[in-house]
Amino acid sequence: MTTQTQTIKTKPRDFHKLPTVWNVLFNIIAGIFAIACVFPFIFVTIISFTDEKTLATNGYRIIPEKWSLEAYRYLFKAGDQLLRSYGITITVTIVGTVVSLILTALFAYAISRKSFKYRNFFGFFAFFTMLFNGGLVPTYIVVTQLLGLKDSLWALILPLAGNAFYIMIMRTFFVTSVPEAIIESGKIDGAGEFKIFYKLILPLSLPGLATIGLFSTLGYWNDWFNALLYIDNPDLVPLQSMLMRIENSMQFLLQNTNNPSLGMGVLQSLPQDTSRMAMVVLATGPIIFAYPFFQRYFIQGLTIGAVKE
Amino acid sequence: MKRIGEFFRDLNKNRVLLLMVLPTTIWFLFFSYLPMAGMVIAFKEYRYSRDGFWASIVDSKWVGWQNFKFLFSTNDAYIITRNTLLYNVFFIIVGLVVAVLMAIVLSEIANKRLAKVYQTGMFLPYFLSWVIVGYFVFSFLSYDKGMVNHIASWFGADPTQWYTDKTYWPLIIVLVFLWKSIGYNSVVYLAAIMGIDKSLYEAAMIDGANKRQQIWNITIPMLKPLMTILTLLAIGRIFYADFGLFYQVPRDSGALYSVTNVIDTYVYRGLKSTGEIGMSTAAGLYQSVIGFVLVMTSNYIVRKFDKDNALF
Repeated sequence: MTTQTQTIKTKPRDFHKLPTVWNVLFNIIAGIFAIACVFPFIFVTIISFTDEKTLATNGYRIIPEKWSLEAYRYLFKAGDQLLRSYGITITVTIVGTVVSLILTALFAYAISRKSFKYRNFFGFFAFFTMLFNGGLVPTYIVVTQLLGLKDSLWALILPLAGNAFYIMIMRTFFVTSVPEAIIESGKIDGAGEFKIFYKLILPLSLPGLATIGLFSTLGYWNDWFNALLYIDNPDLVPLQSMLMRIENSMQFLLQNTNNPSLGMGVLQSLPQDTSRMAMVVLATGPIIFAYPFFQRYFIQGLTIGAVKE
Repeated sequence: MKRIGEFFRDLNKNRVLLLMVLPTTIWFLFFSYLPMAGMVIAFKEYRYSRDGFWASIVDSKWVGWQNFKFLFSTNDAYIITRNTLLYNVFFIIVGLVVAVLMAIVLSEIANKRLAKVYQTGMFLPYFLSWVIVGYFVFSFLSYDKGMVNHIASWFGADPTQWYTDKTYWPLIIVLVFLWKSIGYNSVVYLAAIMGIDKSLYEAAMIDGANKRQQIWNITIPMLKPLMTILTLLAIGRIFYADFGLFYQVPRDSGALYSVTNVIDTYVYRGLKSTGEIGMSTAAGLYQSVIGFVLVMTSNYIVRKFDKDNALF
């Protein structure tokens, strides 16, 4: 008790301070875990800059004996497939995010309007899909047989475009952050529903849309499952899925190389392990550099999601 | 007649908003509701028909509960149910404890900028796909080049064939799960801790409570509602496994199936590699129905606890 009163006396305003020993310990715990979270990426990056022969004899090391840029040089020379996959991923991500935002915003806005007579019905219509789903096989059959999307980019875009959870977040956002009075004032000025939505509501909803848009962008960028299910055509393979396919061999890359000088003899000297790891680095790089800036939108999304109407 | 007229008047009055919900409604019909109806093939012997989707479903022969009988007569049903449940129970308990502890640790660190840096580092795995995580794990577990075997060799241990030896996989799966999810989950709890009224701590301080007592008597009780809700929601999803974790991380290695096969991977393999469409759909239906019952039950419990935090 005496030490307690003493701390209060010496530092009267600092109620929350932890004893130094604990503070150091907490820093160590959090620091070690944070490093453990980042380390694998650094490790893979180091591997990608390692000399292939050193790798074959020494294995993956944190400090390689010999560094090399060969993996990246090789990828830029022979990596048609890499470029194409980048193109597919970027296209799918952009188009997908736009489609997903449109679907989410329109639906969420309509069911957030108190004057919409069928709002409860449609709200439940979306919500129920969070509770129950048809499972993988029937979905697969609908997408391939009924919609005929096998080996089409739409098979990478559409299955992720609608999302009941995003709709719920967005509806909460509209209800809490868009005052009814704005809609009323728009009506008085004689604007139609679409015009009100487009001119008045959307500009006000940018923070919410940004959050949903980022979630959606991340979802598309990281998606490999839909490609695994629906894409066989090597020209339509997105980045993540390409990384999967080359997991066990470089065959895939070789097949798609139009460089005639790469005969069987050269095959042995190809930077196999290192260039696979270099691809991992190139596929992850954009996220690693972008996420610290967007982090807070994700946290915002998590906390909005927890608030109900 | 009057009611029909009224109905059309309502439709007309709401036509713009109806138009707004139309595209998404169509999406839900195709990607959610039609697959629900398509579950009837769990009771059929599915035959692909050239005449398209409807013909395939209608022309397939009814077989009653046969697919389910086959499914539950194999050992697979037991293994996938056991794996899915046990892993999820572990994930829920260990995940909750570690996430809450990490959130408390982060919130107590004196240097706030440093805490922010740690948090950013921990959040990273959330942004990576399972394919990438699979590569990360491989860089540690590769037989000839991996770091783990390398370190083991310093101590004179023989290298392990990680991808065919199932002994350690339950542990590896749990560790990888924690690695990927703790940062994200602790951020959620951290946000809740930040929202706790500071005057509570000040009052406790004046009453002579030390830090440990404050954490135990203020922070944890204040987090309880959130812990309850997130746990119950997770229990509602206990029949669903993260496909990527169980497919990408073990590199789809057949030798590990007995400890890595879960309902989701089983359904996928039934569809894509073994071609047992009927049984695969039956397993999916089994998952959806029990999952639905569990969500409803856990929501019912949440409502009893605390109405505001119930899902519906």
